[in-house]
Amino acid sequence: MERDMRYLPLSSDDRAAMLAKVGVKDVDALFADIPADKLLTAPVDLPRAKGELEVERILSRMAGRNVSASSVPFFVGAGAYKHHVPATVDHLIQRSEFLTSYTPYQPEIAQGTLQYLFEFQTQVAALTGMEVANASMYDGSTGAGEAVLMAHRITKRRKAVLSGGLHPHYAEVIRTLSHMASDEVVTAAPDVGATEDLAALIDNDTSCIVVQNPDVFGNIRDLRPLAAAAQAKGALLIAVFTEAVSLGLIESPGAMGADIVVGEGQSIGNSLNFGGPYVGLFAAKAKYLRQMPGRLCGETVDAEGKRGFVLTLSTREQHIRREKATSNICTNSGLCALAFTIHMTLLGEAGIKKLARLNHANAVKLADALVQVKDVEVLNASFFNEFTLKLSRNARDVVEAMAEKGVLGGVPVSRLLPDAGLDDLLIVANTEINTEEDRAAFVQVLHDVLGA
Amino acid sequence: MLNNQGRPTAAGNAEPAAPETFTGNKALQVEEALLFEIGRVDVTGVDIEDVELGANRLGGLARKGDIGLVGLSEPETMRHYVRLSQKNYGIDTGLFPLGSCTMKHNPRLNEKMARLAGFADVHPLQPQSSVQGAIALMQELARYLMVLTGTRAVTLSPKAGAHGELAGMMAIKAAIEAKGEAATRKTVLVPESAHGTNPATAALIGFEVKTVPAQKDGTVHVEDVKALLGPDVAAIMLTNPNTCGIFEPQVVEIAAAIHDAGGYFYCDGANFNAIVGKARPGDLGIDAMHINLHKTFSTPHGGGGPGAGPVVLSDRLAPFAPLPFIREADGKLELVEAKGEGDQAFGRVTAFHGQMGMFVRALTYMLSHGSDGMKQASEDAVLSANYIRAGLSDLMSVPFPDHPSMHEALFDDAWLKDTGVTTLDFAKAMIDEGYHPMTMYFPLVVHGAMLIEPTESESRASLDLFIMSLRDLAMRAKRGETERFANAPFHAPRRRLDETRAARNPILKWTPREPVAKAAE
Repeated sequence: MERDMRYLPLSSDDRAAMLAKVGVKDVDALFADIPADKLLTAPVDLPRAKGELEVERILSRMAGRNVSASSVPFFVGAGAYKHHVPATVDHLIQRSEFLTSYTPYQPEIAQGTLQYLFEFQTQVAALTGMEVANASMYDGSTGAGEAVLMAHRITKRRKAVLSGGLHPHYAEVIRTLSHMASDEVVTAAPDVGATEDLAALIDNDTSCIVVQNPDVFGNIRDLRPLAAAAQAKGALLIAVFTEAVSLGLIESPGAMGADIVVGEGQSIGNSLNFGGPYVGLFAAKAKYLRQMPGRLCGETVDAEGKRGFVLTLSTREQHIRREKATSNICTNSGLCALAFTIHMTLLGEAGIKKLARLNHANAVKLADALVQVKDVEVLNASFFNEFTLKLSRNARDVVEAMAEKGVLGGVPVSRLLPDAGLDDLLIVANTEINTEEDRAAFVQVLHDVLGA
Repeated sequence: MLNNQGRPTAAGNAEPAAPETFTGNKALQVEEALLFEIGRVDVTGVDIEDVELGANRLGGLARKGDIGLVGLSEPETMRHYVRLSQKNYGIDTGLFPLGSCTMKHNPRLNEKMARLAGFADVHPLQPQSSVQGAIALMQELARYLMVLTGTRAVTLSPKAGAHGELAGMMAIKAAIEAKGEAATRKTVLVPESAHGTNPATAALIGFEVKTVPAQKDGTVHVEDVKALLGPDVAAIMLTNPNTCGIFEPQVVEIAAAIHDAGGYFYCDGANFNAIVGKARPGDLGIDAMHINLHKTFSTPHGGGGPGAGPVVLSDRLAPFAPLPFIREADGKLELVEAKGEGDQAFGRVTAFHGQMGMFVRALTYMLSHGSDGMKQASEDAVLSANYIRAGLSDLMSVPFPDHPSMHEALFDDAWLKDTGVTTLDFAKAMIDEGYHPMTMYFPLVVHGAMLIEPTESESRASLDLFIMSLRDLAMRAKRGETERFANAPFHAPRRRLDETRAARNPILKWTPREPVAKAAE
């Protein structure tokens, strides 16, 4: 390199002195175990180092080619939601001591991380109505896969039954994992109207049923009869949610009898990020604690008797148990969990309830306005902040046409279920970010597109 | 201007012992209560319109009763988390030589770029025509990873290293199924020295794990692998450079042997930082390797994630890569999200498209370093590790002296024999010296292992002070100053914590104390 790259503190003099101390004549002597014919002599065929200004230009150009959610009336949901995140959240998660630390292997100098994880676990348990929660999973979908494996371990059965209202990506993640582990999966047909009889699919081999609430089409489901039906046959109810804000207004899955609850926490504290990183929330009944995947933070005391926190029950984990571990998860979603817990702290009991009410009220307004539009039908009998429309035309074409007119109108069901014959369905989300003007624009543009 | 009249300006006579404070605080070390002890049910730090719900559409399932959460105002929130942050050690605090974790400098340009609205504020399911720049970024990152690894396919969606391992092993399983060998090829070979995720991953998807012994020099010998090979072997999972910090000298022969036996070579890429720009895993014969973007390419570790674990694949495994993947047609980029006719994708490992936020950071890092800077970074990382080894090897025992270290230097605890000091004690004493300890008791093939990875981010002065500090501690250990070790750390926000107690009676969330009146009944 002609100049020293800004992230590298060593100078060529330093390097020479260090090589002398090590006792080798050049740095390649340290790479002597690499077969000589495999050692690269010249830099690989990629551009040379660039200054900050230049890099910023390149990436800003790429970013500029994307339509951001805040720049248009925006109604896209189906598993990830645009919410307002207070400025405080993003500032705090960028504190060096949070951002540049790692898994708290040395608890004496990681009490910051450990305490917020303890608080996070408490918040997640409260929100889901469950007894215990872990310190996060990668996201809701991978958490759902792990929940199924956990149910198999508990029941010693190997068949999962998936609701037709479960997010198709989640179902696909579970099916992939199950196929690879040689476990059985039964997936109910897409259930737009929340009318399926899932209980009828439970047999004596069934370890669990996986039900999403609100479901991917936006319907709110009563989990109580499902919990009873599952438990009558020795199976577990795994309740999934993709919109954490909904828990501020609708009955918690724990109160409705769920055995394991897994969900996507992105809605609280985290940006859309084109799909990741997000944060998986995972909670269960206390009696299943030792079969839970992932990290757990627990309270203890130090040598002076002061309260402190440590990672605990690690005998479930891969670094101790190796092939007998409950999961292979290692690094999880620490910083996204921090964003979640800070936002949740700012909201509090009062704030999350208000936020959820506002979301629902906005969605009701949009649904009521859409009743006036010709060729549009709202299919949901119930919903939180998202519902499914039946259109007179292919929803994918409608969404593209709406995008050209500057409105991001939702997710065509066919994008998630390409072969289900549901091409005329559109999933529409409406959160606190949507204004009256946004809704008016949505109704107008949809009307224009359908009328064209 | 300060008025010094009558005001002592000298430091005064230091007392031998610091007095206890009323608050329990020690100046900048402030004790912080739990959120649930300071928060209130009716307080919120966010101003949200309070709407009354008239007729709702909740289907009769409105929540009844309290959730059990508390809130803080914005200033209280800020203070709570700033105080918590001050109890944490990060890379920006000091040298963080956690072996196998590559705790290198996290440039803030990465953070700034990841927060551009065009990346952070786009939805994974908005029309693809509206996110062509985002897909282009994924494709560019994929190209960089393929060039650096000498491979022609990569799947980006795995969410962390262990998840990448899972995806890579799933691709191997799918390839074996496609060949009709699923019933027979059920064994995965894993060296003793492997990271615990390897056997856990293999077992998760139904493989049986067989252990390859480690040789006395810390490497895996091709003859030991051959002895275990047969028609039952699906794959070997080999970390290279390995967890002892050594580049496996026989890696090419091992790859050939496993291929000859009809199996696949999964390489754990956790230690890729040692060889970026120096050797391409594709040239060495790997079939799949995950890359921890949070390690090698400096997306921050974030207190334990989020990471990202893209997996590069050989031509043999490329057809089995999971959804989604990128296709280019008519000058437009398409993220293929569903299996088409003839596609052999083995399924999907996560919702949506992977850790976009990490992709942006990693590409920012790669563009900044360039091909020359990445090569230099690897050389500096390796040189720094060997420099530390050279500076300590007369006092601390090096279990595998016959090989140069790659980017991490491994010591065992033979040198602590009869001192009464353990690896754990030594690590805790390092905390008092202002360092994050190295990785302890891993790899398992070495007794009382101490795995030191300085990365390329340390100046020579920083390395020198680290070496001198460890030398000082080592000499004190040998002199029998066991007190400072057995009871360390003394100066951290907490003294040594009781892990046994935490596990015996797990307290995993805050619970309200019994009200006094009720407790008295």
